[in-house]
Amino acid sequence: MHKLILILFVGALLHAEDADNGKKLYTTVGCYECHGRVGQGGSAGPRLAPRPVPLQALVAYVRHPSGAMPPYTSKLVTDAQLVDIHAFLASIPPPAKDIPLLNQ
Amino acid sequence: MKVEVQTTDRPGSDFMMDVLKSLDFEYVCSNPGSSFRALHESVINYGGNRSPEFITCCHEESATAMAHGYAKIEGKPLLVFAHGTVGLQHASMAIYNAYCDRVPVYVVLGNIMDATRRRSFVDWAHSVQDAAAMVREYIKWDDAPLSLPHFAESAVRAYKIAMTPPFMPVVIVADADTQESPIPDGTDLRIPKLTLTAPPQGDSGAVAEAARLLVAAESPVILAGRAARTPAGLKLLVELAETLQTAVIDLRQRMNFPSRHPLNQTMRGRAAITNADVILGLEVEDFYGAVHSIGQQIEYRTRPITRPGAKLMSITAGDLFLRSNYQDFQRFQEVDLAIAADAEATLPVLIEAVKRQLTDDRKRAFQDRGAKLAASHQEAQEKARADAAYAWDASPISTARLCAELWAQIKNEDWSFVSESAFVSGWPQRLWDFSKHYHHIGGQGGYGIGYGAPAAVGAALANRKHGRLTVNIQCDGDMMYAPGILWTAAHHRIPLLNIMHNNRGYHQEVMQVQIMANQHNRGVDRARIGTTIDDPPVDYAKLAQSMGMYGEGPVSDPKDLAAALRRGIEVVKRGEPAMIDVVTQPR
Ligand code: HEC
Repeated sequence: MHKLILILFVGALLHAEDADNGKKLYTTVGCYECHGRVGQGGSAGPRLAPRPVPLQALVAYVRHPSGAMPPYTSKLVTDAQLVDIHAFLASIPPPAKDIPLLNQ
Repeated sequence: MKVEVQTTDRPGSDFMMDVLKSLDFEYVCSNPGSSFRALHESVINYGGNRSPEFITCCHEESATAMAHGYAKIEGKPLLVFAHGTVGLQHASMAIYNAYCDRVPVYVVLGNIMDATRRRSFVDWAHSVQDAAAMVREYIKWDDAPLSLPHFAESAVRAYKIAMTPPFMPVVIVADADTQESPIPDGTDLRIPKLTLTAPPQGDSGAVAEAARLLVAAESPVILAGRAARTPAGLKLLVELAETLQTAVIDLRQRMNFPSRHPLNQTMRGRAAITNADVILGLEVEDFYGAVHSIGQQIEYRTRPITRPGAKLMSITAGDLFLRSNYQDFQRFQEVDLAIAADAEATLPVLIEAVKRQLTDDRKRAFQDRGAKLAASHQEAQEKARADAAYAWDASPISTARLCAELWAQIKNEDWSFVSESAFVSGWPQRLWDFSKHYHHIGGQGGYGIGYGAPAAVGAALANRKHGRLTVNIQCDGDMMYAPGILWTAAHHRIPLLNIMHNNRGYHQEVMQVQIMANQHNRGVDRARIGTTIDDPPVDYAKLAQSMGMYGEGPVSDPKDLAAALRRGIEVVKRGEPAMIDVVTQPR
C-alpha cells in the first residue's frame, strides 16, 4: 500500500505542472465552491492560497479529508491533476499590505 | 312590498377594526382577498388607513416575512391578513420561519364558515372547516370566533399569547359573514383590556446556583442565541459579561453583544468552548451543535468538544413551550442546570446574584482573565482584517471586499443591518462595529429561503420612522422566490439599500450536491446542474427598475463598487429603496 502511494507520488511529481490547467480544474471539480475562486477561503472552507500546503499534504488531505471536506478519489481527480491545481494555488500572488479600508 | 336592506353603516368588520386598533398595529401587510374584503374596506375607510395602514404585498409569504422582519426591529407584531385557504398556504413557510425564530406575527384569516352563505364556486374553494389546522403545529395559539364579542376576547388573548416568551405567531380566523353583516342589535361591544404578561423569570434557587458556578469558574463562556429580545437585553448581557469578565460567543440570532467588545470571543468560539469549565447558554437553540463536533463524512460521527467535567447550564423559554411534530427543538443536550425562563428577564437577577457572591480574590482573577480575553479578541480582529485582504482585487468580488467597502460608507450613518451574514462568511460582524440593538436582527429562524428580501423590507419599514439607513445584503436565490416585494418597497417608499450577493446560484446546494457527487465517487464536475442561476444570468438592476426601484449593476469589478454603493445610499437617503447588483464570490 505504502509503495503504491509512493509510486503515485513519484508519477505525480514527474508530471510537468500546468497552473493554467490547474485553474480550470480548480473550478470544474468544485474546489472553488468552498475555498473561493482564488483560494481565499471563507465560511465553507479554509484559505488555500497563496503559499499552499506542500503538494504531498494537499494530495493526502484531498484523498482522505477528516472534517467537512468531501473526499476526492483518484478516479475523480488524478494525482497529475492535483499537481496542476497545486501549481495554480502556488501561482496566486500574496495580497497587498496595508489596505486602508481594512483599518476602519 | 318588503324593501330589501342593501346597505349598512355598522358592519361587523368595523368593530373588528376597533379591536385591532386597540392592539396598536402600525401596519397590516396583505395580498388582497375576498374572504376578508370587509376587513380590508374597514381598514382603509372606517380606520382611515392609519394604524394600521394597508401595505400592499404581492405574496402572502412576503407579507408574513415582512411582519417577521418588522417585529425584530420594533419589538411588536404587525398584522397580516390572508385567505384562510390559498393565502395561508402561501404564508405557511414564513409562519414557520417566525415560529422557529421565536417572533410574534399576528395573522388574521378570512373564511366563510356558514356553507349556506357561500356565493360562488370560488367561495367554496376558499372555505375551510378548520383554517388554522394547516399551521397549528407551528403557531402558539389560534381561534375561530363565532361572534363579535368572541372575536374581541380572542383577538386580545392572541396578542397577549404571541407576546409572552417564547414569542410566536398566532392566528385568528375572521368569519366573512360576521365581518360583512351589520352588527346585531344589542351586541356587547366591549373590548377587553390588554395587559401583557410579565415574562417568566428564573427560579431564585437555580439562579443563585448558576451565579455560584459562574463566579467560581476559571474560564466560563456565555453562549448567546436569541438572548437579547430588546435593547435592554443587549445592555444586560454586557453588564453580566463585564461583571464576570467572561468570554461571550454571539450565535448571531439576535444582536446580543457588541462585535468589538474585548470580551467578544465569537471569532475564536470553538477554542473558547474547548477551554471552558462552565458554559451558560442563553436562549440557545442548538446547544448540542454548539458543544459537539459533528462529522460530515458518510459515517455519522459526533463527539463533544467540551473538556471533561465542564458544567453546562441553560436558561431558555424554549423549555416552557415545545411542539412535537416539527423538529426545530434540536438534538437533546444534557446540561447540569436547566432554568426554564426567559433569559433576558432573568439577567437582572442573575447579575445581582453574581455581584452578591463576588470576593476581592475573584475580582482580581477576573481582571487577569479579562486582560487575556481582550488580547485574544484583538488578535482575532487583526486576523480577520488580514484574512479580508485575500482576493481583494478578485472578480467576481470577494464578500470581504464587499463588506469592507460597504462599511466605509455606512459607518458614520445610523445604520441597521437586517440580513443573515452566514452567506457572506460572517464578514459584517468580523469587520464592522456592531453595538446597537438594531444593528443586527439574526436570520430566517427555520432556514426557509425566501425570507431575506421581504424580511429586510419589513425591517426597513420599522426603521423608517427612526430615520435609520437599512442595509440588506441580498442573496440571489432568496430574491428569486417572490421578487414582487421590490414593488412593495417602491410603492410604499420604504428606504432600503439592497446589495445583491449575486453568486449566481443556490450556492449552499451547489456544495451539498458536490458533497454527494464526491461521496458517490462520480461526476464531481456536475454539481452545478439544478443549483445555479446563470444561464441566462438574471439582471437584478433591471428587475428592480421594472418595479420602479433604483437599480444599478451588475458590478463585477471591485474598483467600481464604491461609487455604485455611494449612488445607492444617496437614493436611500432620499427616502426610497435601491438595488445594487454585485456579482460575488460564492461565500
Ligand atoms: C464542499 C466543500 C469543499 C470542497 C468542494 C473542497 N474542499 Fe477542501 N476543505 C474544505 C473544508 C471545510 C476544509 C477544512 C477541513 C475540513 O473540515 O475537512 C478543507 C480543507 C482543505 C485542505 C487542507 C487545508 C489545510 O490548511 O490543511 C486542502 C489542501 C483542501 N481542502 C484542498 C481542496 C481541493 C484541492 C479541492 C478541490 C479538488 C477541495 N479542497 C474541495 C471544504 C471543501
